Amino acid sequence: MSDLTITINGADCALPDDPRVSLLDFLREHLHLSGAKKGCNQGACGACTVLADGERILSCMALAIQYQGRAITSIEGLAEAGHMHPLQQAFIDHDGFQCGYCTPGQICSAIGMAAELRRGVPSYVTGDVARQAILLSHDELRERMSGNLCRCGAYNGIVAAITEHYEETAP
Amino acid sequence: MTPFTFARSGDVTDAIRLGAQPHAKYLGGGTNLVDLMREAVERPAALVDITGLSTDIEERPDGSLLIGAGVRNTALAAHPAVRTRFPMLSLAIVAGASAQIRNMATVGGNILQRTRCLYFYDHDGARCNKRTPGQGCDAIDGFNRQHALLGASPSCVATHPSDMCVALAALGAIVHLESLGGKRSLPLTDLHRLPEDHPERETVLAPGELITAIELPPLPMASHSRYRKVRDRSSYAFALVSVAATLDVQDGIVRDVRLALGGVGTKPWRAWQAEGLLRGQPASEANFRAAADLELAAAQPLRDNAFKVTLAQRTIVAVLAELTGRAA
Repeated sequence: MSDLTITINGADCALPDDPRVSLLDFLREHLHLSGAKKGCNQGACGACTVLADGERILSCMALAIQYQGRAITSIEGLAEAGHMHPLQQAFIDHDGFQCGYCTPGQICSAIGMAAELRRGVPSYVTGDVARQAILLSHDELRERMSGNLCRCGAYNGIVAAITEHYEETAP
Repeated sequence: MTPFTFARSGDVTDAIRLGAQPHAKYLGGGTNLVDLMREAVERPAALVDITGLSTDIEERPDGSLLIGAGVRNTALAAHPAVRTRFPMLSLAIVAGASAQIRNMATVGGNILQRTRCLYFYDHDGARCNKRTPGQGCDAIDGFNRQHALLGASPSCVATHPSDMCVALAALGAIVHLESLGGKRSLPLTDLHRLPEDHPERETVLAPGELITAIELPPLPMASHSRYRKVRDRSSYAFALVSVAATLDVQDGIVRDVRLALGGVGTKPWRAWQAEGLLRGQPASEANFRAAADLELAAAQPLRDNAFKVTLAQRTIVAVLAELTGRAA
């Protein structure tokens, strides 16, 4: 292992020597953090979504070495002091999953989405992009979460869970 | 994935020195290149990470914007000056890919992304002149619903996949380049080549030449502009047809117009002919239709994509009508 490091869920880890290792394989195969899933491994499904310094990214398309010095949060890093992240609880409360395979990516993605929305990043359905304040409408949520597929079709529960969490955490 | 060396460049001088190595590739967000390497379509011997370079968006006194090539797609779409003065660019960016990919992808990488033609990707199963020069093209007689109507050749019918570039083409963006040979700049519309007999040569970039920045010249009319994308599903899909447009109408006459098309061309398609027809003419739906017809007159439909001729014409008319305040 090299002396280059990356922070994973708060802990500094040595990066792999082989630059071919994706961030997803690094998490799953090297660190045995199997929360982020390898759905398509080509950037189409969102199951591998993690947060890099709070921004949602696809870990399958990321070379781990490119994230040297960055702080990565995967689903395993969301719980605090043994308590689930409120959005994890909301997914349970609203049946936001069936098989659960896409869920870690959905939850990380939704956390990143909330941050984007609060700092006013527009979406394709925003319409007037000059507007800085954007409300989380049903259409906004679905558009912003379109990078995360759920083949069980638990979308209604996912939308309900994210909506509730977003409203409860309104500043 | 074949082995490669990896180096992070600290500045442009460093990057172009590293980029001059044989079979080196510049790496931005990796959202296209990493995928192509995994599919063995791209096999660089060296990757030069340039994501640390030029991430600024500079607002200049003359009203132009200078956008560092390392700016992430999300950051560009969300920038206040882009949203208010060039909204078609914000819309085009957020029409593309997913939020996760836009957070990773850089502006330079978006411009140099490669076609999503499935025959290009199918290394073991299909012939492709772009991937393996001289091999032949399986798309021309294959499933070619997504393929190009304009700018194609008997060698290649692949579309350029970018949404962002369609807006950049309409806005007259200038691309700034640097290599060991020096600096130069050229219009984005001159950067991508038509496929002709060499579809593997996609741009006029010299080996090792680096995109350092994109310049948007001042264009006051662009504060009222649109990007409309028509696709098979309402989000996270490549364009069947897209239209970027801005229109300056005074006393019912088109004083100026900028129009570009996506999803139908082998490169980001500036609709020069349609623009030429409209300038100085009444801003009427009949003229919008005539301009759309003229631009698509050169279309060469394939087995599965002829429907896109009508779709493109109607989308052009709808966007121009919307810009004049009529029902779309």
